[in-house]
Amino acid sequence: MTPKDKVESVSETLDKLRETGTGALIGYLPIGFPNLSQSIEAAITLAESGISAIEFGIPYSDPVMDGPIIQRAAQASLDAGLKLKQVFEAVSAVKQATEIPVLLMSYWNPILQFGVERFCEQLASVGGSGIITPDLIPDDAAAWIAASNNSGLDRIFLAAPSSTAQRLAMITKQSRGFVYAVSTMGTTGVRSELDQAARELVARLREVGAERICVGLGISTREQVREVLNYADGAIVGSALVAALEADGVSGLRERAMSLVDGIRLG
Amino acid sequence: MNLREQPGPYFGEFGGRFVPESLVEALDELSAEYEKAKVDHQFLDELDRLGRSYIGRPSLLTEVPRFARLAGSVRVFLKREDLNHTGSHKINNVIGQALLTKRIGKSRVIAETGAGQHGVATATAAALFGLDCTIYMGEVDTERQALNVARMKLLGAQVVAVKTGSRTLKDAINDAMRDWVTNVSTTNYIFGTVAGPHPFPAMVRDFQKIIGEEARAQMLAVTGSLPDAVAACVGGGSNAIGIFDAFLDDEPVALFGFEAGGEGIDTPRHAATISKGRPGVLHGARSYLLQDEDGQTIESHSISAGLDYPGVGPEHAWLSDIKRVKYSAITDSAAMNAMKALSQTEGIIPAIESAHALAGVLDLGKTLPAGSNILVCLSGRGDKDMETAGNWFNFLEQK
Repeated sequence: MTPKDKVESVSETLDKLRETGTGALIGYLPIGFPNLSQSIEAAITLAESGISAIEFGIPYSDPVMDGPIIQRAAQASLDAGLKLKQVFEAVSAVKQATEIPVLLMSYWNPILQFGVERFCEQLASVGGSGIITPDLIPDDAAAWIAASNNSGLDRIFLAAPSSTAQRLAMITKQSRGFVYAVSTMGTTGVRSELDQAARELVARLREVGAERICVGLGISTREQVREVLNYADGAIVGSALVAALEADGVSGLRERAMSLVDGIRLG
Repeated sequence: MNLREQPGPYFGEFGGRFVPESLVEALDELSAEYEKAKVDHQFLDELDRLGRSYIGRPSLLTEVPRFARLAGSVRVFLKREDLNHTGSHKINNVIGQALLTKRIGKSRVIAETGAGQHGVATATAAALFGLDCTIYMGEVDTERQALNVARMKLLGAQVVAVKTGSRTLKDAINDAMRDWVTNVSTTNYIFGTVAGPHPFPAMVRDFQKIIGEEARAQMLAVTGSLPDAVAACVGGGSNAIGIFDAFLDDEPVALFGFEAGGEGIDTPRHAATISKGRPGVLHGARSYLLQDEDGQTIESHSISAGLDYPGVGPEHAWLSDIKRVKYSAITDSAAMNAMKALSQTEGIIPAIESAHALAGVLDLGKTLPAGSNILVCLSGRGDKDMETAGNWFNFLEQK
């Protein structure tokens, strides 16, 4: 068991859930949507609902990997005046209320402007576990690799169905925590059917030695979560949660999250 | 050190590939195919043939003495990219990338457009080569360039009015990238400028460098010497790099890039990326950009839709840092005055984008020794800007 005073890493969470024969459910929410305090409350709600880890998104003006639901929420957060330094406040508040890992998702420029080293130090100091970088590939990530090594943060790169075996091996080698397998060629959003490409990508990642793989993009139902956990270590849900929060507030989010968590339990 | 023919992905510390992993395979494929094509005589001959028989190359070099008198005691020469088919330099790059699309075997092209010049050029090439075509254009730009929307539709392209963010060029690029991430197996992204992820900055430059290569030979033929100065407007920077490239290693030739100063670079409403921005990552490359302290992109402003972009090509960022090219800003009103001046002294109506370079030359000419020769890239013609100009100069009846 993990000592109470130690921050549990994403790897430990994933390994523990795998041992129990289930898998992880990672929930995405944009920081500052609909405002800072409610986004903190929403993340704590996810933890209370039984979600395994939080992926907290940093809103960005030009989110090329995001579909309409997350674009809209991120823009609303920026319009409401979210500042980058409040990100640490949000992570800190959630970490004080829950023990599950909190990751950030960020496009690269905000971190670059803050200062990569300084950003990593501050994130680590408030108990953040690591960063998912949707528009940073290992090829151009020397500063991030060095800074995350210094601060002990997990470094989660994306792998795509179109990636060659050589790139999958490189991505696996450079990632720490888990590899984020994108289920389909496209942006974030709700999709009725999951691509067969996700299963194939996970198998190809296993072949090149990936130990922990979580699948994201387009997952919105408990059935899809269950399906993904048959072959991957975790399922990442974003747009479906954001849509629930947008439509019905924190109570709507709780309902949606608990329904998704059933996907793990019955797995 | 030779400054020409920088292969990318980096120009000094600028450039690179800051993109989702989903695009890497397509960018690698494009890079590999382009590396093969650029040494393939069949490809180069076809490009040359289309340049001569379709675009109208070589474009003219026109001396403009009556305009030059407004710029002191200098001679001014215009490289007439406005006379190209579709009315601007954009077609040079598009024909190259459309040929590459055929080589790769994809059946659909997408593009972003600001003023509509690159969108029209892409829709034109798609019609010529029988490719499906979708153009992304910010909703604000579809309104201020409505005639170009009609042109693209007439050419058979689908035009998507982008309603996210600032609803201008940067948001059109975001949506085009989202389309590409989703449809990359069938679709090639014909990027319009020397920005974006590798290989676009180097490849688009290579397709545009014919401007400077022709102009260099034409200046030598007409004046017997290289120009003393070369000037161009800079948004993303494709016409500028196109005319600068041939002169980069000619040390005595001074190079000047003119950015859009909007309502003034001491106001928040401008698009002077190099003059007022700082390095960061946007649309796949590290370069100068207009951003707030948190790295959020700041909306740009220019009366010219084609320069209304908060980023700039990475090679320009590098050429500025090593001080090979001097970049400065021209206000909306200076550009509009220069547009009118060229129209009324020479009977040539320039695009508002190109008018920024002309305005720059009116100042520059007064600082150069008498008898200096200045070469200017007249990147496009002003027909598309008649509504803007009509309103600016009160030529139109008030509605």
